[in-house]
Amino acid sequence: MSRIQWQRFLWSHRATISSRQSPCRTPIARVPTVRAAFSTSARRELMEMTGFSDEQLTVREAISNICSKFPNTYWQERDQQEKDPKEFHAALAKDGWLGIALPESLGGAGLGISEATMMMQTITQSGAGMAGAQAIHANVYATQPLAKFGTQEQLETTIPNIINGTWRTCFGVTEPNTGLDTLRLKTLATKTADGYSVSGQKIWITCAQVASKMILLARTTPLEEVQKATEGLSLFCIDIDRSHRGLDLRKIKKMGGRAVDANEVFFDHYDIPTASLIGQENQGFKIILHGMNAERCLLAGEALGLGYAALEKASQYAKERVVFGRPIGQNQGVAHPLADAYMKLEAAKLATYHAARLYDTNDGSVPFHSIGVACNSAKYLAAEAAFTACERAVLAHGGMGYAMEYDVERYLRECLVPRIAPVSREMILNYVSEKVLELPRSY
Amino acid sequence: MASKGLRILVPVKRVIDYAIKPRINKAQTGVETAGVKHSLNPFDELSIEEAVRLRERKGPLKVDSILALSAGGPKCADTLRTAMAMGADKAFHVEVPEGSGDGGPEPLTIAKLLHSVVEKEDINLVLLGKQAIDGDQGQTGQMLAGLLGWPQTTQASKVEIKDEAGTVEITHEVDGGVETLRTKLPLVITTDLRLNEPRYASLPNIMKAKKKPLEKKTLADFGVEDTRRLKTLKVTEPPPRTGGGKVEDVDGLVSKLKELGAL
Repeated sequence: MSRIQWQRFLWSHRATISSRQSPCRTPIARVPTVRAAFSTSARRELMEMTGFSDEQLTVREAISNICSKFPNTYWQERDQQEKDPKEFHAALAKDGWLGIALPESLGGAGLGISEATMMMQTITQSGAGMAGAQAIHANVYATQPLAKFGTQEQLETTIPNIINGTWRTCFGVTEPNTGLDTLRLKTLATKTADGYSVSGQKIWITCAQVASKMILLARTTPLEEVQKATEGLSLFCIDIDRSHRGLDLRKIKKMGGRAVDANEVFFDHYDIPTASLIGQENQGFKIILHGMNAERCLLAGEALGLGYAALEKASQYAKERVVFGRPIGQNQGVAHPLADAYMKLEAAKLATYHAARLYDTNDGSVPFHSIGVACNSAKYLAAEAAFTACERAVLAHGGMGYAMEYDVERYLRECLVPRIAPVSREMILNYVSEKVLELPRSY
Repeated sequence: MASKGLRILVPVKRVIDYAIKPRINKAQTGVETAGVKHSLNPFDELSIEEAVRLRERKGPLKVDSILALSAGGPKCADTLRTAMAMGADKAFHVEVPEGSGDGGPEPLTIAKLLHSVVEKEDINLVLLGKQAIDGDQGQTGQMLAGLLGWPQTTQASKVEIKDEAGTVEITHEVDGGVETLRTKLPLVITTDLRLNEPRYASLPNIMKAKKKPLEKKTLADFGVEDTRRLKTLKVTEPPPRTGGGKVEDVDGLVSKLKELGAL
């Protein structure tokens, strides 16, 4: 019996006595609860499981097994101590999961984004939250353009080492003054005799402290000199080597997902070899565009997992917590917001796996913007549904929702990430207004 | 014997997941299985793991083949895929129609089936879980050894192949200590919890398992009938436990004990 269960056990017994004596009036005290004896896990999941493919179900089960070795206490501790969950990354790498969406010829599993999304959702839902997802996220997704456009040498050296966990990678696109406005990014890679010299600044680079590689987007032709705004950017796969001159990393203190570092990265005449270029020079934006829709799907999955995890905690608590002689979940004021959150999650789930399927099965017959709309809508809906579920989960827990021990406060802090990144809600609304409703562009 | 290596049979069963609290069905004939998470019987997981480890140890006897077998409804195919993802080479799915909460074929039926499989497939080592966690009957391994006339070692916590002649040493836990036994192939071994720690199937192996051969068979293929010798009359839940009380102090405890007639 775990410590928490044991405490609850003691207090549930205390409740039987205190009902005959003076009631406990402390607002945030150990709560009296009714607990079904010896039940260890729910008979079925909250999330409706019909409609998923065999592959998705296999992924879900296998990932759940691995995640079960990393209990909520592991993640609470990592979050508090801001310590990288490297054991978790290693466990997934050991069994080949980082290669889920990479081609079989490179040592991956050759599965699609539908399965990768399920993997990310299962991770966040296990209690690992966004911290767990972000510890591996870039390795799964930023390697996609590399696998598609990389040179033979890049494929043979880099990809196997990322899959087996020897190297970790981060993704360097966002800049302090160029968030959504990717085309205006300023980090410059200037040609030198034997490669490029990189100068500029990146921000919100997750896992840069622990990564040995970065997929970097930098400008190789100044904006003023290009014909089309989408040209002049190049994609690189570079070493993150701090012993090398011209590289500095600074950790950003943040609201949630504290186990995983996010950084400002400064390049000052940082030399990289010519061989680090991915695909053609000046065509980096097109290459990266390819992966953006996939990233939306993964983020949507991560949000969903967080939402379901919070809702599961909340409904469990509402069943057990007794006030005025009955479980609080018997009150419609508690039950209805949770039921509403459930339906929102289910709807977002359908949108998410629809978008992932569209992305995977696209043979060119679906217009690019339809996939974009589906993936962006999925990210928007899933992030909002997750936020609703996490917020209501905290409220349903009352005072205990504010305590670290009950996990929902961690979920609430973390569920802001998919609302903000990789693209804001407002930009998605702009995109849908323009592409679907054909309204004039506002920016 | 055709070749000198080990040809291992690992029978596996699909059971309700160990973490789930079982409920009795409405008709009180068994445990409710519809819509409940199932997985590979944990003791069978140990058998597969041990078979795979015997192969990985590379000697003194090489493992020629690992055959997984399961008898039951269509979902058993999933269980067999899991077994193959862990390292079994091929699988037989013996299709037995699922009755409602009848617990499936009896141990003797399964033992007869395995007997026939052992002969047809030229098996020289059978690794079975000591029991399935649903029926908890723990009979199949012993019955099979009896039918085959082979030595058996039950509830193994360590298995060591000593030489090329097929000498095997098996350790198992007994009251008051650990017993080590020596015998020779062919052999039936049943597995206990401390034998090993089963691995998780890796993603590449899960993908490979999809391509491994899974053959569908029937009981008739092995000349066995699903005869039932036992009839389940009723299955009921244990009576609910009543909660304890709490006393204020030692005097309270003493008077309570007196009241209950314990002092």
